[in-house]
Amino acid sequence: MYSDKVIEHFMHPRNVGKIEDADGVGKVGNPVCGDVMWIYIKVKDGKIVDCRFETFGCAAAIASSSVTTEMIKGKTIEEALKITNKAVAEALGGLPPQKMHCSLLAEQGIKAAIEDYMRRRKKGEEKGA
Amino acid sequence: MVYLDNNATTPIDRRVYEAMSPYLFEKFGNPSTLYSIGAEARAAVEEARKRVADLVGARPDEIVFTGCGSESDNMALKGVAFAHMERGKHIIVSSIEHHAVLNTAAYLEKIGFEVTYLPVDRYGMVDPDDLRRAIRSDTVLVSIMLANNEIGTIQPVKELCSVSHEKGVLFHTDAVQAAGKLKIDVEELGVDLLSLSAHKIYGPKGVGALYIRKGTKIHPLIHGGHQERGRRAGTENVAGIVGFGKAAEIALQEMEEEAVRIAELRDRLEMGILERIEDVIVNGHPERRLPNTTNISFCYIEGEAIILKLASRGIYASTGSACSSDTLEPSHVLMAIGLSPEVGHGSVRFSLGKFNTADDVDRTLEVLPEVVSNLREMSPFWRRKNVQR
Ligand SMILES: Cc1ncc(COP(=O)(O)O)c(C=O)c1O
Ligand code: FES
Repeated sequence: MYSDKVIEHFMHPRNVGKIEDADGVGKVGNPVCGDVMWIYIKVKDGKIVDCRFETFGCAAAIASSSVTTEMIKGKTIEEALKITNKAVAEALGGLPPQKMHCSLLAEQGIKAAIEDYMRRRKKGEEKGA
Repeated sequence: MVYLDNNATTPIDRRVYEAMSPYLFEKFGNPSTLYSIGAEARAAVEEARKRVADLVGARPDEIVFTGCGSESDNMALKGVAFAHMERGKHIIVSSIEHHAVLNTAAYLEKIGFEVTYLPVDRYGMVDPDDLRRAIRSDTVLVSIMLANNEIGTIQPVKELCSVSHEKGVLFHTDAVQAAGKLKIDVEELGVDLLSLSAHKIYGPKGVGALYIRKGTKIHPLIHGGHQERGRRAGTENVAGIVGFGKAAEIALQEMEEEAVRIAELRDRLEMGILERIEDVIVNGHPERRLPNTTNISFCYIEGEAIILKLASRGIYASTGSACSSDTLEPSHVLMAIGLSPEVGHGSVRFSLGKFNTADDVDRTLEVLPEVVSNLREMSPFWRRKNVQR
């Protein structure tokens, strides 16, 4: 049912774990399947220099997390915000229809992590001012 | 390969295959024809009917061959519902039935019947008092499975059936998983209808049977020729039926010894997992359970991921019922016994069979802890252990 790419990422996921001093953390979940994804990012000069994940979920969710962390590393915030779940699924060589929402979880995870980063920066600026 | 998914299906026994093969080749006749190869096929079907009847303590003329266990369940529910709808349009099923029963009940609801779904306790048992309270004057059928395919819990069918009969209501039980694993006697249980399927007892896929107690009013699902005494039209699946008969004969002979051996292997697997892996929950009834089945929740991780990792190492198990693998919701059985959705999602069913050995169990015990800890390392819940139970 899964592409070789999904299986490969699932069996050997990249960037697993948490970043202790992350600049942004995105915590998202899907209420129907119950799967949960946490994405950590480290940002320097507007660029995502590191990205890691922790996922409670199916093989597609784990593979989506893994490939997404690869996709956004080195990207600017603006570029990372443009990543869609379609792009994640494509990078995995496609997902079965009932598993498309797993890639959506990854898109939402990245967006949430970036939002968290922005919020923290804004707070920092307010404090600094 | 370590195959631990025998509740999904079983490999065919070689003796079954050998019994079947002449009926695909030289003895290919249609049982309804008059000349000798037809008569030969007819005799073989009747011999198989006797063997299947023997497996459950029935009379041969009370056995109708069907196309699968699902068809048997469909025939029991729809056939009885349609034959009795002048008397009433209410049926009762348990909430942990196989989808072959549940979706048939849902269909009957859609066309105007009323269905009561009985709850189960945390072990998956139906309370006979709940059944007593649920029966109404317009109830025409109760259907409660003998043993559950996901957690293996064995229902008190004899008691449930007598509650049903006290109120004059027919009783069906789905014995697809129980057959070949437990001794079944329709006289002792008292049931009016009982479903069987060949491919769960080392027989071929695509053949089942429905036991119908003599005198039970029921409509056929398939109309046409006079086959199966008018209860199920269509030229018989002769080779399949012969295979079913052989599988039933072997099961009857070997079941008692096999059940003990398989239970020992199952217990070794279960104990081994409990010793090696923390935060696991064994689902199902501690005693009243199929000897081959163990269903285990691995907290903080998800079942599909466990299954795929095991499969990549040549170990085959499944997450609950095979039919659930395409849906996102956790199994209805695990929800009914009160697991949280998170824990339900992390459940794996290991179902052993007669071709499993102690080596299979040991190999699984070697690989499984690695797989679980690897996935737990990835889980946001693991180190924090903040999942709600
Ligand atoms: C309890 C139960 N009932 C019915 C069925 C359906 O049997 P079949 O696959 O022969 O249609 C199964 C098999 O999955 C089962 O486990
Ligand atoms: S099934 Fe929901 S994230 Fe994969």
